[in-house]
Amino acid sequence: MAQTTPTPTLQVRPAYVLGGNRIPFARAGGPYVRASNQDMLTAAIDGLVARYGLQGERIGEVAAGAVLKHSKDFNLTREAVLGSALSAETPAYDVQQACATGLETVVSLSNKIRLGQLESAIAGGVDSTSDAPIAVSNRLRRALLDLSRAKTVGQKLAAVSKIRPKDLAPSAPNTGEPRTHLSMGEHQALTTAQWEISQAAQDEVALASHQRLAAAYDSGFFDDLVTPFRSLTRDANLRADSSLEKLAKLKPAFGLGLDTPATMTAGNSTPLSDGASTVLLGSAEWAAEHDLVPLASVVDAEAGAVDFVHSDDGLLMAPAFAVPRLLARNGLTLDDLDYVEIHEAFAATVLTTLAAWESEEFGRTRLGLDGAFGTVDRAKLNVHGSSLAAGHPFAATGGRIIATISKELHRRKAESGSDRPVRALVSVCAAGGLGLTAILEAA
Amino acid sequence: MSDTYLNLVNSGVTKKIAKQLGLPQPSPLRRYEPGQPLLQGAVLVLGRGAQSDALAGLLSSDWDLDVHRHATPGTRYSAVVLALTELTHPDQLSDPVLAAGGVLKTLPKGARVVTVSRASRPDDAPAVAAARQGVDGMLRSVAKELRGGSTGNGIVLAEDVPVTAPSVVGALRFFLSTKSAFVDGQLLTIDSSAGALPDDWERPLAGRVAVVTGAARGIGASIADTLARDGATVIAVDVPAAGEQLATVANRVRGTALQLDVTAEDAGARILEHALQRHGRLDIVVHNAGITRDKLLANMAPDTWDSVLAVNIASQLRINEALLTSGDFTDAPRVVSLASTSGIAGNRGQTNYAASKGGVIGMVRATAPLLTAFGGTANAVAPGFIETEMTARIPAVTRQVARRLNSLQQGGQPVDVAETVAFLASPAAGGVVGRVLRVCGQNLVGQ
Repeated sequence: MAQTTPTPTLQVRPAYVLGGNRIPFARAGGPYVRASNQDMLTAAIDGLVARYGLQGERIGEVAAGAVLKHSKDFNLTREAVLGSALSAETPAYDVQQACATGLETVVSLSNKIRLGQLESAIAGGVDSTSDAPIAVSNRLRRALLDLSRAKTVGQKLAAVSKIRPKDLAPSAPNTGEPRTHLSMGEHQALTTAQWEISQAAQDEVALASHQRLAAAYDSGFFDDLVTPFRSLTRDANLRADSSLEKLAKLKPAFGLGLDTPATMTAGNSTPLSDGASTVLLGSAEWAAEHDLVPLASVVDAEAGAVDFVHSDDGLLMAPAFAVPRLLARNGLTLDDLDYVEIHEAFAATVLTTLAAWESEEFGRTRLGLDGAFGTVDRAKLNVHGSSLAAGHPFAATGGRIIATISKELHRRKAESGSDRPVRALVSVCAAGGLGLTAILEAA
Repeated sequence: MSDTYLNLVNSGVTKKIAKQLGLPQPSPLRRYEPGQPLLQGAVLVLGRGAQSDALAGLLSSDWDLDVHRHATPGTRYSAVVLALTELTHPDQLSDPVLAAGGVLKTLPKGARVVTVSRASRPDDAPAVAAARQGVDGMLRSVAKELRGGSTGNGIVLAEDVPVTAPSVVGALRFFLSTKSAFVDGQLLTIDSSAGALPDDWERPLAGRVAVVTGAARGIGASIADTLARDGATVIAVDVPAAGEQLATVANRVRGTALQLDVTAEDAGARILEHALQRHGRLDIVVHNAGITRDKLLANMAPDTWDSVLAVNIASQLRINEALLTSGDFTDAPRVVSLASTSGIAGNRGQTNYAASKGGVIGMVRATAPLLTAFGGTANAVAPGFIETEMTARIPAVTRQVARRLNSLQQGGQPVDVAETVAFLASPAAGGVVGRVLRVCGQNLVGQ
């Protein structure tokens, strides 16, 4: 009888969120107009280091990224680490998954911790729409490359002679989808119309976001989550005195060319923003060695994508499909969640996702369920505000959400004094029809 | 902040002109750096008796100094110590004081004169009390006579405190060293034999955990730096709005940043929770956070008064109460609080600030006795004119005048305050109970 080698059992242990730090988010062209992605990410890391006494510490790995990234920033995260108070022996790598970048760094690093590859990690993200790269036109770029390769005067002249005046216009960055040439706002406007979401409903989401974020600041909730940067002490987009009346007066910004009423305004859409965020992750052992308190464990994650190019599914609807798969795999329903964080790319993104989950038809035909997936209790939704109030520096949003909800989970669990699990769902939509979702549980 | 006048009168042609015109000629002060020798030359120890001999022995054997008991002609003494604890009559001042006078002209720049005497009490024999109190007037006058950045300070012992008590030794070392560069004309009372000498004078705070409020900039940042240099683990506290500078300070001192408004109801609990969770203990609290809202009392709005009192004194009382009642602040704890010469002498336009700073002096006096059972103490430091962002905003002429109104004829640096805080936070200062030490270059105002 042949001897079989036993398959080694994979040991998986919990990975914890131990804390976070971000700089206040600014509006594009605001106080961070002269700050680069590297400046902001370094500041966010240094604030984290200061809060948790990690000076000179060799962290297992730092992963972060930016959506709008200069090509010279190919090693953005490593350069930020080298400029920070961390040990220069801390490895780092860049991640880029559109607006899901920040959450993806949390997921991938916590998986490495779960597998025992890492004891500690810092996840993060940064984006600057003020210091965005500007590219030259393709014709000018080719001519300049030819010029650099030219050896003789004749070749050089030939290369230069190909440049036409119109080639000199810079190619500015935009949030348009490469395959549809529609902006993200125009894509969401299609989905908003498809699900018949009113402006009033969107404004209510926006108002709640501002009010909850302002209340969290006023109560000192962000005292150990945010470190000021360049004279900015709170998110610049926050309007504590916003009202439904003021929001209702704003002119529609997207969906103006559709047959249906245009409902999406600057008030219920996120502005272009600058900012950076970080999340400290670690094993229970590493946390104990460093006298740190685990706030929440990263339980599981599920990515999704929709074919927004060929089907009727909206560009930002991937989480509507990913979340049901994620919860099913973990034997959970929406009712088992204490908190639901849905990134407010637009107020309508949140509302179309909720509408899809509440739809019997969507549940049966698209999710393969017996009926509707379920309803999210609004009291559990984005409890300390979200991107509509805070702003949305693309790659920095995931870290903001994870740090905020982890602190809230830990607070709730400590307050409850019971063993009942306290859970949060985090959902982030992203360009390219992507979505990334995760479950966290209070430690 | 640079003092242009001080630079001018110490170099080139302008130095000559200033001298001929009889203008004030402040001398640049030498500050402490790790590894610096305690003194750069011989020390003259004057005074007779067993206690004088004990002091001389300490200086020569423990600190390896070149100690002379009589002035040797031609020697430039870096320090003169007058051991006067055994005086019984003012007549006995003559010998040691005149002997000191004989060497004053040959003192190098930055020399030190330190008296060690006993506190006069109402139940002393009148001649004893007169001799003891006479030291006070003499020392303050010597300090005013000294030039070239030299200082004169006194150590005043309570009746039963031996001259070898830790706090006497610690205070003597502090006054002799460059750490006391801007402390001048001050008499520090040693109330008890409590306290302990450090194993290493370079790291007296090793193993201690200290919280410094208002640590993001200025004097607070310097205190954080200095406590960390002396071996303490520092928790740097400031309001959330100052978080960026606070993080820089915390990272520089390899401590932790705690963004916190000290006026919050639960500030004491949050400080203690952070200290215990992150560092396992809390030994030292430096109440440095403070604000000014200057206004003549006749024009004072309620908010202007209340906000200063809330930050500068009420918050300290609340935090101290939380710490003292916690049971976790009991291993020779130290409270060091920032007062001000305004709180002693008063200052026009600062009724609110002076009330808060006078309040600090009263607070430490009444808090220290509550800590002595644990080997702890509470004391205050009263800065005079210190070169900070705050004083840089004073109008130029007023600032120039304010700088010269002390025996050293210049403003102090934040580090001068920090060094004094570090001394009072040290194990050796356990016998200093509820006192105020001024860091003012012997400012003309108040005592």
